[in-house]
Amino acid sequence: MTADLAVKAAGVGKVFDTKAGDVIALTGVDLEVRAGEFVSLIGPSGCGKSTLLRLIADLDEATSGELTIFGKPARRARIDQDYGIAFQQAGLLPWRTVGANIALPLELHKVAKAEREARVAELAELVGLTEFVDRYPDQLSGGMQQRVAIARALAARPKLLLMDEPFGALDEMTREYLQSELTRIATETGAAVVFVTHSIPEAVFLSDRVVVMSPRPGRITDVIEIGLGEVRDESLRENPVYFEKVTAVREALHGVKVERANER
Amino acid sequence: MTEYAQTASLVVARRRASGRGWAAAAWGALGVLAVAVVWELYKFLGPAEGVTIGQVEGQTGSGVMILPRTHDRAMPHIWSMIIRLGEPTSGGSTPPLFVTVAQAALVTLGMAAVGWLIGVAVGALLGLVMQRWKLLEWGLLPWVVVSQIVPLIAFAPVVNAIGNQIDRSGTPWPQWLSVAVIASYLAFFPIAVGVLRGLEAPDRIHVDLMRSYAAGYWATLLRLRLPASVPHLLPALRLAAANAVLGAVVAEVSIGMRGGIGRMLIQLAGQASSDPAAPWGPMFGSIALGLIAAGSVALIGLGLKNYRRGEANT
Repeated sequence: MTADLAVKAAGVGKVFDTKAGDVIALTGVDLEVRAGEFVSLIGPSGCGKSTLLRLIADLDEATSGELTIFGKPARRARIDQDYGIAFQQAGLLPWRTVGANIALPLELHKVAKAEREARVAELAELVGLTEFVDRYPDQLSGGMQQRVAIARALAARPKLLLMDEPFGALDEMTREYLQSELTRIATETGAAVVFVTHSIPEAVFLSDRVVVMSPRPGRITDVIEIGLGEVRDESLRENPVYFEKVTAVREALHGVKVERANER
Repeated sequence: MTEYAQTASLVVARRRASGRGWAAAAWGALGVLAVAVVWELYKFLGPAEGVTIGQVEGQTGSGVMILPRTHDRAMPHIWSMIIRLGEPTSGGSTPPLFVTVAQAALVTLGMAAVGWLIGVAVGALLGLVMQRWKLLEWGLLPWVVVSQIVPLIAFAPVVNAIGNQIDRSGTPWPQWLSVAVIASYLAFFPIAVGVLRGLEAPDRIHVDLMRSYAAGYWATLLRLRLPASVPHLLPALRLAAANAVLGAVVAEVSIGMRGGIGRMLIQLAGQASSDPAAPWGPMFGSIALGLIAAGSVALIGLGLKNYRRGEANT
């Protein structure tokens, strides 16, 4: 059954040894992300949400516990290109055009030129940047750069998408627009998503489940089922169920029941 | 909307940049002109024998000269320097000075170019291994820096002597090769440091990204580190070119090689009391040489324009 799980973490911990001594970044993390599921990690800074993402991506190594991606060790999954990743900064290579940036992972894995070009066209279409494939990153706005980064993350058709606050540096308008786009893309590609954020509305809007984390030491304190269905459009932002879930996540984050102003 | 506005502002910025090019050229010309004006102005206003303080009466050479002499033997007019360029090099039917200067400059340029190439190769190799293995950086970098403290004038004859040893053992070692090696000794330094810094220039996020693609050392070097190093590399190459010319000129003088512009400079400077404008010929020649060397490297930069994107706006 483990093959149906995109991510399975059992008792995962991470200790950084710094000059000031050992810092426990994560401890006892148990988490399962099903294939095709959208899971957000939320929590205050220092709760280890980015660290957990980096462990899943095998950019750092867990010091304890067991972490498998599609049933294999994280390292194997990285080498097999089982996931695509996007960060808070788009991280595009400034000397490459939009198209060449999207093609980078394909190029590195020796995908034939014709196939590469077809895939780039497909992805540019998916993120709505068809007219911009020949532009350079410095000619794009922040939101467009981030869309290129998402397209690049999807290039190798990963079944798992890892995103570390990808919309954190964007303005509210662009952010909401890209959130809707991301839910559409995630549904279309059927990829599981692990999404790190510190925005409660963003986590609720996007996710099937929200994982609430807490610092010192970084750990999971709560997991909240959102269950708002597959279609996430703008009307959802006005939906009372949406607000309820936002409140639920907020309460889980603060550890106490949050009183509403009109209920006092 | 904002995306298009940004594109439009980029076009404006580019137009402004080309305007800056002309302004830069104008400022450069103005600078040269200013030097000429200051020269002539001081020559006109300053005392012929200069200004010396603390001079003891009847004792030649005593005291400290704080302003130079301005008479024609010490400071020839700019126009006499230029006119001299058109006159025969050493009287009679010898070719005009500027022809001799150009020939000598070409000889030096050739040696400097070979020195530059050796310097770039050695420097790039050092930079690569220092970036690849931290331990080598700790071990090598201090020596690379120390190497530049050794005075060239002392070091040059040693290289020449070693060259002669090799020559005697059967393998021919031409004198110009000594000069090129000495020039490379000055040229490799900025390259080694520039390559090291350049290869370490990529952002953490880019390095993480390459790791997430399971890209190995060579793939990362080729797709990420080398392209990202270009903005560091171009100034290093230019500096190396200027250093190679300087090294070649000093090396010629120091090992006593004939035919280059360094030797010519010394020779004409020795005759300056009778022909004061003459040494300015090779002087201008070596300035032109430095500019040509640095300019040709700038041409490399034109072909690498895309790798310098994001230098202005990150």
